[in-house]
Amino acid sequence: MTDESPEPNLSLMARGTPQSLALGVDIGEGWGGLMRAPFRADLVGDPALGGLADGVIYTLLDQACGAAIGVAVKARAEMQGRELAMGAMATLDFRIDYVRPARAGADVTARAECLRIEGEVAFVRGAAFETDPDDPIAIVQAAFMISRPMAGA
Amino acid sequence: MSQAELSPASTWLAASPYARFLGLRIELEGGKVTGVLPFAPHLIGNVVLPALHGGVVGAFLELTALAQLAELAPGAQVRTVDVTVDYLRSSRAVDSYARAEVMRLGRRVANVRAVAWQGDERRPVATLRGHFLLGPAPGKP
Repeated sequence: MTDESPEPNLSLMARGTPQSLALGVDIGEGWGGLMRAPFRADLVGDPALGGLADGVIYTLLDQACGAAIGVAVKARAEMQGRELAMGAMATLDFRIDYVRPARAGADVTARAECLRIEGEVAFVRGAAFETDPDDPIAIVQAAFMISRPMAGA
Repeated sequence: MSQAELSPASTWLAASPYARFLGLRIELEGGKVTGVLPFAPHLIGNVVLPALHGGVVGAFLELTALAQLAELAPGAQVRTVDVTVDYLRSSRAVDSYARAEVMRLGRRVANVRAVAWQGDERRPVATLRGHFLLGPAPGKP
């Protein structure tokens, strides 16, 4: 799910939640499975370290996982030849490992992929990093409920 | 924070720009921290329901756990290793509360559980379980 064409709906998902707007989260040039939180001094967790707070990275990854599921649900609907009927999405559990603190003053990018959708459950994983995906700040594994689309699906 | 006593937890909280961004407050009673997250429109993650952003709920639980650790291990440099958050119901657009219980406070690592609720404490919206690394207080060996 990392090689999709630009998705206006996902752009809305990224920019459209009040919280991600407040964080300044951006998906850049279309959806490549990536989402970015620009550095901001008021979003620092520990001033002694100077990097974006754990909570910002958590929220960024949660948002990126949701977007990755959105892409996967859309792809599944297309494959099955039915109309996309996206219900609400709810996080079941979210496990995040903070491998190391985010670097002072640095933007953070999250990458997420939907591993599998089984019935109403989507399994995702993701990672956050500054510039090098192989040098992660945090890694995530999560499961989401995708509520059953309305009648007719 | 003018009315808060100058406890280790409130000192820790006051130093965090991100906690201020969320609008997080803490209440202290007998060394027990209660995290209070007053509802604010910028915390919304789902405008249809409306519901708080899952990331905000997770961050709120983590910050409450950190505040409780700051209270128990004053001055220690605490860093989150991992947290697992279970979402039990959607968090509505109202004030949220959380409490953390330190299951084990070791020399190097702490195991903490935390619970968040809204309105009715017996109906939690999310729970956290996590590990936190404890470094020595600055200036200590």
